Amino acid sequence: MASEQFATLESHQYDVLVIGSGGAGLRAAVQAASSGVKVGIIGKSLLGKAHTVMAEGGVAASLGNLDPWDGWETHFYDTMRSGHFINNYQMVELFAKEAAERVLELEEWGAVFDRTPEGKIMQRPFGAHTFRRLAHIGDRTGMELLRTLQYKAISQDITVHQEVTITKLLLDGDGRIAGALAYYRSTGKFVLFRAKAIVLATGGWGKIYKVTSNSWESTGDGASLAFRAGAELMDMEMVQFHPTGMVWPPGVRGLLVTEGVRGEGGLLYNSEGDRFMLKYDPERKELSSRDVVARSIFKEVQAGRGTPHGGAWLDITHKGPEFIKRKLPGMYEQYLTLADVDITKEKFEVAPTCHYTMGGVRVEAESCATNIPGLFAAGEVACGLHGANRLGGNSLADLLVFGRRAGDGALEYVQDHTSLPQVSESDVEQEMNRVLKPFSVSNGENPYLLHEQLQEIMSDHAGIVRDGPMLEDGLAKLTDLQIRAQNVGVTGSRVYNPGWHAVFEVQSMLTLAELIVRGALARKESRGAHWRTDYPDELSEVGQWNYVQDLDGDAVRVREVAVPSMPPELSQLFDRGVAPGVYASQQQAKEK
Amino acid sequence: MSEEIVLSIFRGDAAGGQEVEYRVPLTPGMVVLDAVHQVQAHQAQDLAVRWNCKAAHCGSCGAEINGRPKLLCKTRLDDYVGETVHIRPMQTFPIIKDLVADVSWNYEVAKKVPAFQPAVPVPFQMQQFDVDRIQEFHHCIECFLCQDVCHVLRDHNAKDQYFGPRFMVKMAEFEMHPRDGGDRVPMLAHEAGLNMCNVTKCCTEVCPQHIRITDNAIIPLKERVADQYWDPLRALFKKKKAPAATEQSVQG
Repeated sequence: MASEQFATLESHQYDVLVIGSGGAGLRAAVQAASSGVKVGIIGKSLLGKAHTVMAEGGVAASLGNLDPWDGWETHFYDTMRSGHFINNYQMVELFAKEAAERVLELEEWGAVFDRTPEGKIMQRPFGAHTFRRLAHIGDRTGMELLRTLQYKAISQDITVHQEVTITKLLLDGDGRIAGALAYYRSTGKFVLFRAKAIVLATGGWGKIYKVTSNSWESTGDGASLAFRAGAELMDMEMVQFHPTGMVWPPGVRGLLVTEGVRGEGGLLYNSEGDRFMLKYDPERKELSSRDVVARSIFKEVQAGRGTPHGGAWLDITHKGPEFIKRKLPGMYEQYLTLADVDITKEKFEVAPTCHYTMGGVRVEAESCATNIPGLFAAGEVACGLHGANRLGGNSLADLLVFGRRAGDGALEYVQDHTSLPQVSESDVEQEMNRVLKPFSVSNGENPYLLHEQLQEIMSDHAGIVRDGPMLEDGLAKLTDLQIRAQNVGVTGSRVYNPGWHAVFEVQSMLTLAELIVRGALARKESRGAHWRTDYPDELSEVGQWNYVQDLDGDAVRVREVAVPSMPPELSQLFDRGVAPGVYASQQQAKEK
Repeated sequence: MSEEIVLSIFRGDAAGGQEVEYRVPLTPGMVVLDAVHQVQAHQAQDLAVRWNCKAAHCGSCGAEINGRPKLLCKTRLDDYVGETVHIRPMQTFPIIKDLVADVSWNYEVAKKVPAFQPAVPVPFQMQQFDVDRIQEFHHCIECFLCQDVCHVLRDHNAKDQYFGPRFMVKMAEFEMHPRDGGDRVPMLAHEAGLNMCNVTKCCTEVCPQHIRITDNAIIPLKERVADQYWDPLRALFKKKKAPAATEQSVQG
């Protein structure tokens, strides 16, 4: 195939280019467009289809509509504790303070949350949140959030490019972000985006694992592109396994069962009918944090007390059909149509499923700036808010708070950097050749099968349970697979060719899989979602580090970087042994 | 040992094409999208299909299965035992390739829908009872199967005269919001082409989210248009005063 010329390339120029059209990307674009700069947004799929639609349970914000003792301090407290204190406290503080305002903003833009009897936004309890905190719309909160932002965005002056794959981030001679090379998925034609600033909002990489709740898009393209361009990635070992995914039939294995089922009163049992969470976390029981519940189910199955297809029973029948259909309509429909199970009448099987990647691009808390000038990151692709374990409902609030902040960060940057950086012709032409190469490989490796093998390796070697030798074996297998992937070949034309698209996704996932394993090897302790049987305890000397990875030439470099330490006014919140809101209510009771 | 299912999948583009047969081993609970993925991974790498969540949340994988508009991810293969499963792209929109249709027209229409206009500042006071009927409209996953089946768009290709059922639902969502201060009735009566719908309810039948599009969105909107434009009593008073604000069950 003849190489293509830089001169004839379709090209677009923006002040702020947002890559990713999920919740964080849309929120960033809305923010950037509010001040009149030229904003473009790129999505890998159609607008309104991003993985954000899969979020079910709710968006966490201390509105205090049901529990007036809730406030930002308690949300901060819960988030830091569940993150096992390797979170960036500055991000958590901004987040806890701003989430409520961001939720009300959605209401102003047309989102319709479920209501309390007083007519306020309803909030449901969720794992490891001290108070009832998750604003929700039945069990389809993510869809409401995405749709609201989607219609808000198209009512503004924002250009949307749908079904576009970015293959490379381009820097100018000074190492400043200058644009991105991409192709339209529908035609296969290349397109060059030049921009003064770029916001990455490309989501996570849950598709690295075999059993996953993630949609096809979650292949970590943005994190991988940023890494190759020189960005620092952090806490890559931290992968969340959600306790409750569907188990049977095989085609739906891993599909999410919202935490809302437990939030609304669902109980977990093993095959012997024991409510095992009473044993693992007598205080919080089914509403313990996700890492704890997922490990508990895993341990029950390992001990031979699993359900027929290797999970636990979840039972919510005691709440009655009317309640279930009202509060969990999606779950009711999902089990009925896909598994022939009526959850209003019978218990159902659940097992852990890969759900979220806490690690990602290292960012500055206030502006979401990365170490590459002009590159910002928000949402699941970024790292720092969730630490070693994300709380349910915090990801939707994350998108809103840091999507907005990244939009502002990019705006501020383009006000100081008014010139459009140059892109190098030879970089672009070299990249076009690389992207087209799979068409000229005959009898090459099949990208779909490489992906399956990657998922097997990561599930076996870097899943919910890990140890040193297991990780070392995994790394060796990944290295082999990376070599084979260089010889990937595709058939057919460039027109809407999913086999060709899969090539770049597999490359992204192979890059990030290696970082997960290297991070997991480096962190010689168990903390949050990272569970090593050879280092079963949380160790304070290891807990003072974040593991930061970047490229040193072609080699991956892993560094220990100190976790930012909290100022006294924040650290003292953890000295009382109870959440700030609980403490305040106890104090008031004493005074009475 | 395992049973096989025969899929006949349209392969081609705007220049033409035909159905091609593929055989796939059947596993318990398999949906059509699983089978299409099997074909992609093992027999036809470049087979074009649009999908995202495989959980009926995103509405990407709308297509026509044995002539019926359906989501590939929600259609069980055990409903077709002993039959060949014919899969074609949505016919109301131009084809890109194989099972992928060019649905960009819908996104152009979406831009014309006037945004929600809050009449009072947030936080809103609204009872669940008041939001129940619009929350139904929020279930829409924008799969465009209702647009695909709508005969105004499908048979008469009147895309320049009617926004289609999806956008009647969207306009109903804003129009019936207890705190909305906008008035979309003139647009419904004219540019949006609400009168083009003759309530055959085909859209309601194919909606995978079970939204009662015709009964709960389109007919009440038609009533609003009739009230504003055809009510003889109102016509009499119209000259004397501006049209009354939209009725609301709760006052802000």
